[in-house]
Amino acid sequence: MPTLPPLVLESVRAFVVGFIVLNVIIGMVTYVTLLERKFAARMQSRIGPYRVGPHGLLQPIADALKLMMKEDVIPRQADRSVYNLAPIVFLVPCMLIFATLPFAPGLGVADLNIGILFFLAVSAMEIVGLFMGGWGSNNKYALISAMRAVNQIISYDLPFIFVALIPVVLAGSLRLSDIAAAQAGMPYVFWFPLGTLGFLAYIVTTLAAENRVPFDILEAESELIAGFRVEYSGMKFALIQLGEYAHVIGTSFLGALLFLGAWSGPWSDTSPWWGALWFMLKAMFVFLLVTWIRWSFVRIRVDQILAISWKVLLPASLVLLMATGLVVALRSTGNG
Amino acid sequence: MDPEARKVVELGYGGSERLTMNMGPQHPSAHGVFRAILSLEGETVVGVDAVIGYLHRCHEKLGEALTYTQYPSIASKTDYVAAMCSELAYVRAAELVGKVEVPKRAQYLRVIVSELQRVASHCLWLGTWCLDMGGALGGGATVFLYCIREREWVLDLFEALVGARLLYGFHQVGGVRYDIPAGWAQKCRETIALIERRLIEYEDMLERNAFFQARTQGVGTISRELAQTVGLSGPLIRGSGVSYDIRRLEPYSSYEDFDFKVPVETAGDCYARYRVRMVEFRESIKIVRQALDGLPEGPVSSRPGVKSVGQVRVAKGEGYARVEGPRGEVGCYLISDGSAKPYRMKWRGASFSNLSVLPHILIGTKVADVVAIMGSVDPVFGEVDR
Repeated sequence: MPTLPPLVLESVRAFVVGFIVLNVIIGMVTYVTLLERKFAARMQSRIGPYRVGPHGLLQPIADALKLMMKEDVIPRQADRSVYNLAPIVFLVPCMLIFATLPFAPGLGVADLNIGILFFLAVSAMEIVGLFMGGWGSNNKYALISAMRAVNQIISYDLPFIFVALIPVVLAGSLRLSDIAAAQAGMPYVFWFPLGTLGFLAYIVTTLAAENRVPFDILEAESELIAGFRVEYSGMKFALIQLGEYAHVIGTSFLGALLFLGAWSGPWSDTSPWWGALWFMLKAMFVFLLVTWIRWSFVRIRVDQILAISWKVLLPASLVLLMATGLVVALRSTGNG
Repeated sequence: MDPEARKVVELGYGGSERLTMNMGPQHPSAHGVFRAILSLEGETVVGVDAVIGYLHRCHEKLGEALTYTQYPSIASKTDYVAAMCSELAYVRAAELVGKVEVPKRAQYLRVIVSELQRVASHCLWLGTWCLDMGGALGGGATVFLYCIREREWVLDLFEALVGARLLYGFHQVGGVRYDIPAGWAQKCRETIALIERRLIEYEDMLERNAFFQARTQGVGTISRELAQTVGLSGPLIRGSGVSYDIRRLEPYSSYEDFDFKVPVETAGDCYARYRVRMVEFRESIKIVRQALDGLPEGPVSSRPGVKSVGQVRVAKGEGYARVEGPRGEVGCYLISDGSAKPYRMKWRGASFSNLSVLPHILIGTKVADVVAIMGSVDPVFGEVDR
């Protein structure tokens, strides 16, 4: 029996794992919307979705079906190709961020040695889709939203990257599985004060990167109706929603990996499935933290957002990163 | 140089291209059918063209066509968020012209429902205003749902009293239509006590929130002079440092019997207006309590029960009556020719006058502030367009 070349084997494996991860993520996204709706409902002393299935468990499926059956409207004055392409361009980077995430030791699509850089670079690319959507719709609200999007993403990607580099400096590796393994003893969030402050800064910057209240000036439905997606309907709207939630979940996973110790937890050394479960729970914790903030704050203004980013977050994250580097350098010389 | 162009030069935006954006009449935060045509440079508003009239229903003509018995339940449709107060303005005008006595018990009941209405209206204002700033998918929605829950209790009280929840027809010339049912006073006390406790929760949620402060403090400042020039009333003028409250200046319906404060803030920004309304919540609750404590016995109307729509006739004459609604001065000018219908009737809507301040304070703000300022003005378009 002739053996296949290792490159082919590796490709097949990556394809199969990628296919599984993609579908699991899409399934998760649909149910995370239900989780958020239930969570928000409890916060607002409501019940939330309850009618479709027991405790509203089939609600996400009903929503998805509804969106699929909706009429797909393309505005007459829209730039058709840009308008039609934008949801895909937006969705692809949001899905690609899961490529380098190790869900458990050895359980991931591709554990690159520059995993975190790949994640950060790809997640910053969603802005292209956002801008295309805002521009191609030929709608004034969408255009203003797209301009805001560019402003905000540029302002917040810098502190986001600096904060995400703190665990990299601590672990001494850009590979995500190495960063996770380095926290086996103690998650970096308990690494007081640098790790704790880093985690807080990470939560703030992810709120901005995910366009969630209080930083959701792109959507800003009380001013801009729905921002860049005001003209989208049906499946294209669903794709944008899917991308947005995938991005939220992706950054939640990254936060859990960088600061909460990823898959470390009781019995995680016995089976990778325990590790995956812990990782999932931690990511959901980060997600609910973000959701909690979302449903209790008012939105701030665009100039205030930029001021916070450039005057507070960027210097703070730089100082944190430098302090972390200093501590690591001192520690290594002390040991050596 | 026209004032608008001078403003642009001062702001340093001269030369860049302008974008005309239509906000309304269908817009999530227009609080009704209001159309603001904004001229934008970037995100900054350099010109506002306010268009009203989408909700015009010929109220003043209707007032000439309907009798004194019929119109009060239509009057509630001018300011439908504070129906009790707009009815009261019409009924008081008719009583003033016709020199009709109102029994003490009816006066107290009018005070009770007016103040409860103020609480309900301010609940709706706080909720929708936070919705404007916080978004339907954010913290604003949370505050909104809390406030709506409290407003429901007040509406439940009205339902027990009148049978209706939004448009009541409670007041009539000479008194009120219904006396309070058994147990209502107790239920009312419990409700206002509960709302008083909840107010502390709102304040905790909003005032200790840096983002809320950033969005409201120093935003949409109305100077004392501007407030008086434009003719503001209600919480707006009190937020700009003028102690102007009709309940105090020209007490009607036995308001002189009650002990209450008129809150005044001097900053004139959205936060000052918010503070004024939060204190008004408490003062209204205080007044309701006093009125329930001192509710005199006796008839609730000086007129016999209504048997036909043309039964009430008002002597020839004219007069202007005003009441302090949740949004400010609600006035009604009435000319009677001695028949069962007014010869001419004119409304003075608080929202209409308050809204006219918008073009003065919106110039130079950001788009996001437009909705925050509009929410803090608290217009009800039924009252603007009538």
